[in-house]
Amino acid sequence: MIQFDQVRKRYPGGHEALNSVSFELETGAFAFLTGHSGAGKSTLLKLVMLMERPTHGQVLINGRNLSRLHKSQIPHYRRNIGVVFQNHHLLFDRSVYDNVALPLLVSGYPARDIGRRVRAALDKVGLLDKERQNPVELSGGEQQRVGIARAVVHTPRILLADEPTGNLDPALSEEIMNLFRDFNDIGVTVLIATHDIALISRMGHHVLTLQNGEMLSSDSASSASLVQPEIVQSEIVTSGMAEQATTAKPDFPHG
Amino acid sequence: MGNAKGASPKRPGATRGTARNPKAGETTERSTKTPGAERNSKNRRFAAALRHHRESAAHGFVRLFVEPLQSVMTALVIAIALALPAALYVLVASVQQMGGDLDASARITVFLHRDATASTIETLRSTWAADSEIAELEYIPAAIALEDFKAHSGFGDVLDLLDENPLPPVLLVNPAGKPDAERIAALAARLEGDPRVDAAQLDMLWLKRLNSILTTGRQVAFALAAVLALGVLLIIGNTIRLAVESRREEILVVKLVGGTDAFVRRPFLYNGLWYGASGGLLSWVMVAVGCWWLNISVERLAALYQSQLALLNPGIVELAVLVCGGGLLGVLGAWLAVGRHVAAIEP
Repeated sequence: MIQFDQVRKRYPGGHEALNSVSFELETGAFAFLTGHSGAGKSTLLKLVMLMERPTHGQVLINGRNLSRLHKSQIPHYRRNIGVVFQNHHLLFDRSVYDNVALPLLVSGYPARDIGRRVRAALDKVGLLDKERQNPVELSGGEQQRVGIARAVVHTPRILLADEPTGNLDPALSEEIMNLFRDFNDIGVTVLIATHDIALISRMGHHVLTLQNGEMLSSDSASSASLVQPEIVQSEIVTSGMAEQATTAKPDFPHG
Repeated sequence: MGNAKGASPKRPGATRGTARNPKAGETTERSTKTPGAERNSKNRRFAAALRHHRESAAHGFVRLFVEPLQSVMTALVIAIALALPAALYVLVASVQQMGGDLDASARITVFLHRDATASTIETLRSTWAADSEIAELEYIPAAIALEDFKAHSGFGDVLDLLDENPLPPVLLVNPAGKPDAERIAALAARLEGDPRVDAAQLDMLWLKRLNSILTTGRQVAFALAAVLALGVLLIIGNTIRLAVESRREEILVVKLVGGTDAFVRRPFLYNGLWYGASGGLLSWVMVAVGCWWLNISVERLAALYQSQLALLNPGIVELAVLVCGGGLLGVLGAWLAVGRHVAAIEP
C-alpha cells in the first residue's frame, strides 16, 4: 500500500531530511514510525500526504507513483488518506460536528450521508454527545479524538498519525491507540509516527526506525529496542509537522 | 468552510435536531439503483458543487454580519467610489434630457414678407401643413408678435411711438421626424426658397455646443468610472486578502483533507460578490437621496428660468447596473486576490 523506493528529500536550505529510504507496507498493515527528533518522521509522512515532493526516488501509494500526480490531482488523492496531527488542527470557529464533517463536505458527499457518517465516526470515538460543542470546550484527549473522527469519517484506505499521543497521558494514549487498532482491524493501513517507545513495545507491531534521515530497521515489534533510548529521551517534539503547525494556532491546554 | 451551520458554533444544542442535517430533504439526486453509475456520480458531483455554491453564498452573506463595522465600511467605500461616476452620469443624462427637449423643439422661425396678405398666408399655411417634413405649424400674426414683444422686452413705451408695426408675421415650423441638424437646415433652406418668405432662421449652434459639452461630460463620467472601478477592485482585493489571511488555518485544514483550490476560493468569491453588490446598492441609495435633495433647489432655480429642468431620479435600470456592476467588480477583485493568496497557502 505504501512503498518508498530510494527516497531522498533535501530541503531548499540544504538540510537532508531523508536519505535513500526504502520500505514497503502491505495493505492492512499497522506500523509505527519512530526515531529521534529531526530523524525525518514528519518528512516521510509529508511525502505520503504530498505536502512535499521527494528530491529523488519514488513513493508509490496503492501502486500509484506519486511523482506522476499533477498538482490538480493532489486534493483528490488526499481524500484517500486520513491524517491525525499532534495538535489536532481543529477549527475553533465551528462545532465538533462541523469539524468532523469537513472532509465529507470537501469531497462532495450528499448531505444525507454526511449526517450518518459524522455521527458514526463520533460514536466510534465516544463523542456523540458532544457534537454540538465547540472543540475549544473539550479536553486534550477529546480534541485528539475529534481529530481522529475527522481523519476516518470518509473511510480512508490509509490512516497517518503524527505524534497522536504526544500530549496525552499513558491511559489516554492507550485509548487512542486502541482506536487506531480498531480501524486497522477493518482493513485500513495505519502508519503512526511516534517516539513513545513504551507504547510501541506494549502494542507489538511493525516498527520503522529512522535515524538522521536513514531507515535503520524495518522490523517487527521485537526489535523495537533498536531505538536507542538516549536519543528518545532527549527528544523535544519540534520537527516536521509540529513546526508547520506553529504557523497556525498554538496548542490549547490539554487534559 | 461553506457550512452554514458554522454560523452558530457558540450555541451548543440550540439548534439540535434541525440543524444536524439541514439539507437532507433537498438533495434529490442519487439512487444507488440507477444503472448509469458514471452519470450518477457526475450528477452527484454537480449536486455537491451546487450545494457548496449555495452554502458559500449563504455563508458569505452571513459573514458580512460577523464583523458588521468592517463590512459596512468596506461597502461604504465601494459605494462612494461607485456613486461618483453614477452621480455625474445622472447629471449628464438630466441635462441631456433638457437638451433633448430643446432639440425636439428645434423650430425654424419663418419670417414672411410684411406685406403678405391674409389669404397668401392662409394658402402657405395649408400647403405647409400638408408637407411631410413639417410636423407642426404655428402662426403668429404681426400684431400678436408686437404685443408679445411689448410685454416681454420692456420696450413697450418706445414701441408705442412707432407708426406702424415693424414686425413681420411669423410662422413657427416644427420639423417632423427626429431632430437632425442637417435635415433641419435643408428644410430651412427649402422654406426660405419660397417667394412668400422673407427669411427662415435656424439657430442650432448653441445646441451643438451643448451636445459636445454633454459628450465631454459623459466621457469624463466613463473615465471616472474606469478609474474608480480600479479602485473598487483594489479595495475588495485588499479586504479579501485580509479575510484569506485570517482564515489561514481553515484553508490549511481544508487543503489537507482534500479540498480543491476551487472549493477554498468559492466562499471568498461570494464574499467579494456581496461586498460589491451591497456597495452598488448603497451607491444607488446615495445618488437617489442626493438627487431628491438637490431637486428641491434645482426645481426652484428652474422655475425662475421658466424651465422644467429637474435632475432625473435614478431608476430601476440604474439600480440594476450599479448592483450588478458592483457585484461583478466584487467577484473580480476577490478573484484577483484569492487566486494569488490561496495558492500561496499550502500545507
